[in-house]
Amino acid sequence: MTGKAREVDVLIVGAGPAGLAAGAELAAAGAGRVEILEREQEAGGIPRHCHHGGFGGRVDRSAYAWASATGSTYARRGTTGPSYARRSVAAAAAAGAALRTGVTATGWAGPRTLETTGPAGLERITARAVILATGARERPRGARLIPGTRPPGVYTTGELQQAVHLYGQRIGTRAVVVGDEPVSHAAAATLHAAGVHLVAVVTDRTAPALRLRNPRVPLLTGATVTELMGRTRLSGVALRHDDGRTTTLRCDTVVLTGDFVPDHELARRGGILLDPGTRGPAYDAAHRTSLPGVFAVGNLLHAVEHAGYAAQEGRAVAVPVLHRLAGTEEPAGGGRRIVVDAPLRWIAPNVTGPDGTRPQGDRFVLRTERRLPRPLLVVSQDGRELHRQRLRAAAVPGRPFHLPADWADRVDRDGTAVRITAR
Amino acid sequence: MTVTLTTAGPLHPDGGAEGTYDVTVVGAGVVGAAVARELARHRLRTALIDAADDIGDGTSKANTAILHTGFDAVPGSLEARLVREGRDLLAAYATETGIPVERVGALLVAWDEDQLAALPGLRDKAARNGYHASRIIDAEELRAREPHLGPGALGALDVPDESIICPWTTPLAFATQAVRGGVHLHLNCRVLDITTDADTHTLTTSRGPLRTRFLVNAAGLHADEVDRLLGHDVFTVTPRRGQLVVFDKLARPLVSHILLPVPGPAGKGVLVAPTVFGNVLLGPTAEELDDKTATGSTADGIRFLREKGRRIVPALLDEEVTAVYAGLRAATGQEDYRIQEYPGLRYVAVGGIRSTGLTASMAIGRHVMELLTAVGLDPGEPHDLPPLTMPGLGEAFTRPYRDAALIAGDPAYGTLVCHCEQVSLGEIRDALASTIPPHSPDGLRRRTRARGGRCQGFYCGAAVRALFEEERP
Ligand SMILES: Cc1cc2nc3c(=O)[nH]c(=O)nc-3n(C[C@H](O)[C@H](O)[C@H](O)COP(=O)(O)OP(=O)(O)OC[C@H]3O[C@@H](n4cnc5c(N)ncnc54)[C@H](O)[C@@H]3O)c2cc1C
Ligand SMILES: Cc1cc2nc3c(=O)[nH]c(=O)nc-3n(C[C@H](O)[C@H](O)[C@H](O)COP(=O)(O)OP(=O)(O)OC[C@H]3O[C@@H](n4cnc5c(N)ncnc54)[C@H](O)[C@@H]3O)c2cc1C
Repeated sequence: MTGKAREVDVLIVGAGPAGLAAGAELAAAGAGRVEILEREQEAGGIPRHCHHGGFGGRVDRSAYAWASATGSTYARRGTTGPSYARRSVAAAAAAGAALRTGVTATGWAGPRTLETTGPAGLERITARAVILATGARERPRGARLIPGTRPPGVYTTGELQQAVHLYGQRIGTRAVVVGDEPVSHAAAATLHAAGVHLVAVVTDRTAPALRLRNPRVPLLTGATVTELMGRTRLSGVALRHDDGRTTTLRCDTVVLTGDFVPDHELARRGGILLDPGTRGPAYDAAHRTSLPGVFAVGNLLHAVEHAGYAAQEGRAVAVPVLHRLAGTEEPAGGGRRIVVDAPLRWIAPNVTGPDGTRPQGDRFVLRTERRLPRPLLVVSQDGRELHRQRLRAAAVPGRPFHLPADWADRVDRDGTAVRITAR
Repeated sequence: MTVTLTTAGPLHPDGGAEGTYDVTVVGAGVVGAAVARELARHRLRTALIDAADDIGDGTSKANTAILHTGFDAVPGSLEARLVREGRDLLAAYATETGIPVERVGALLVAWDEDQLAALPGLRDKAARNGYHASRIIDAEELRAREPHLGPGALGALDVPDESIICPWTTPLAFATQAVRGGVHLHLNCRVLDITTDADTHTLTTSRGPLRTRFLVNAAGLHADEVDRLLGHDVFTVTPRRGQLVVFDKLARPLVSHILLPVPGPAGKGVLVAPTVFGNVLLGPTAEELDDKTATGSTADGIRFLREKGRRIVPALLDEEVTAVYAGLRAATGQEDYRIQEYPGLRYVAVGGIRSTGLTASMAIGRHVMELLTAVGLDPGEPHDLPPLTMPGLGEAFTRPYRDAALIAGDPAYGTLVCHCEQVSLGEIRDALASTIPPHSPDGLRRRTRARGGRCQGFYCGAAVRALFEEERP
């Protein structure tokens, strides 16, 4: 590979809500040449094909408007995804960030040097600070180890939304949605918009995760998909219910929703340490990864949160990046890993911040594997309890819940990992 | 160069006595395509027909993609010979045409004393198969060469020439060269019945009658049925399913060689191997079935493979899975190929090409050519086929998205459509306009890798389908 070598001040990979917000903020703050790379032909990220509303409403500590707004209608709060995307793109451009679409960061040629491919050729771009904002994807059928034949008609929400909203493609006639997360409802809405009959929403959870449910959507709880059937086209989905019964739902389309995994390939190829829980880069409250000068924001860090949250992270990264550019950055390495015990799945950020830095909104985001009614969360380090708190609401799988960061300044910098348990 | 490729309507071979082909090959898998390519070197009217809408759509699309040395074949068998010859032929052909192939070598890992004790016997068997480069290595060397191997490995037989190859480009290369050489390819053309008189076979196909003087049966899993249409009852094909799990490219550094088990009474067993696409493969299972269409995976199969895989390379199990698939081997109850010529019938049956057909394909092609001569075909002098260059799908070679000169000449090669596999618009456009274009998005995937990566379409599925549909008449 040969390629032109260039230098910029800040290089941002990914022009979704997180990357665009980071670019806008940094360009406006006079960070020098701020360049955002986007591999798609159009910038904007996932919201480009989320034709429901619910984007960019009031975003503050209630960083969760998205999930609770996903009832029978998506259009209650904020604007639609595409207009949100357009707005974010315009804001980044107006602030002076250079946006380059159709350009993919394919790998690393040095600690802060990325290799890129685009129609104009190959490049090696070195930056004083790199921000990874590569987003997340839903696990497809293979990754979920769903057995059966491999007929057409099997989608993730991402593919479904693009097919319907960006390409106007024909889907099928009868669909099953697998999953019970906010995105599952987005899938149901897209199917509805495409005129596809929704046979059922299927979840292996016994209690539906969402409080606000669409009463018109038939929901089957406690059911696991055991097989996909059909040859030239999907013909059915076999289920096993918790009580041992088995059924087959006749359908020609199935949408596998949720079960997000960060798009961490570029991060990993750069040798960045990952958090085993989130599968995104391990990071601290200043969005620093294990690689000096490389920051990470958005769904890459913790899989799916709402767009406003990702954008907020993008804005938040500006301060530590500016410190880096000014040479006033806290030295890395002082942070302690934060680990969780089952049934907790992960926590983000998962490294304690440099002195004085609290995570966004002054709280950590967590996920659980199973439902915990009013969990008691205990934070400890080397056997010393730092904090204990009973949450007021239930923690449910597939939805984030939060732990205030009050204890962060009690962490011993010379101690080992901080541990979070829940009961 | 006139290319004849039909996918619908009645079959009209141009020229010839009342539209009769000299030779017809039934089955456009890797074997049938290799036979057709061999026939293309002669001035013959040849047809290659398949029931599916694409070439290589049967067993040939779903295997472990290893270019075997044949070190463990049954010495003296036809299979042993054809695998040995086929390996050399295909390795050379791959280099010439750009079919991705990597000589990564295999290690037969011994996990207990019995297996360790079996290694010298396997080395001697390899020698009897004409393969002399294998040697036994101890636990320490094994660990140095495969540091991610699970605990407890005692030693291994090193087979440095076992290679990995692209299973999709291989039949496509054969078929492309065949049709460019004048062979007629008829798809969606299932043979339903055969009537035979003194000098012609009349095949009743799903697209009408087809007449041919000579006939080659390379129908894979259905070779026994086609054989019965000619009045024989010599062999029965029972499908033996092999399920496989494909791990993400990020797992590739965990495995350097093809890690084979020491074969036991239960067959060849489960292997872990790199793929030319830069993934890691775990499998296959071996399940005797009676349904020739049972190409689905099962929960039991996946569980079984994961258990085996955990033993071989524990860290593999933490990696994301890209895909799960299954293929059916054409077992016939005999430990050898069932290739048989019938002089009176001007017919060659190519059955029972079980688990080595990809490797042996070119040698089978040559062998069948000889048998056709033996049953009365006068092929005339062979001529060279025009050279062929296949699109480079191999991760170990410079892919178009990394090729500055190529992109400078045509920016479409720098425009990525499938991000996980880094497939460019240029490659997709080329495949859609190629000699044998795909007839489904899956066919396009086998020609370009588009939509075959870790996201399986989350990002690019709709875009790839749109490109495919634009091209469809
Ligand atoms: C189906 C669905 C429905 C949703 N509905 C809502 C909703 O109603 N309201 C809401 O607030 N949120 C919603 N969300 C969540 C919201 O879309 C995400 O939180 C948000 O898009 C995350 O922003 P991001 O910037 O982290 O990632 P993304 O939006 O995923 O952007 C990442 C970008 O990085 C690019 N990229 C990745 N790798 C590279 C590379 N190597 N080189 C160049 N570019 C690269 C990608 O192409 C992509 O454009 C939804 C999400 C989904 C999937
Ligand atoms: C799990 C597994 C792993 C394997 N691993 C390897 C390996 O690592 N290395 C190796 O060398 N080999 C391997 N093999 C073996 C190899 O894949 C096969 O030997 C080879 O693909 C057989 O090719 P074929 O052309 O005979 O059959 P096929 O590819 O099945 O082709 C037969 C064709 O005939 C057509 N057909 C059938 N009936 C009719 C009809 N009536 N009319 C018209 N057309 C018809 C079908 O549509 C099909 O396309 C493996 C096989 C399996 C299943």
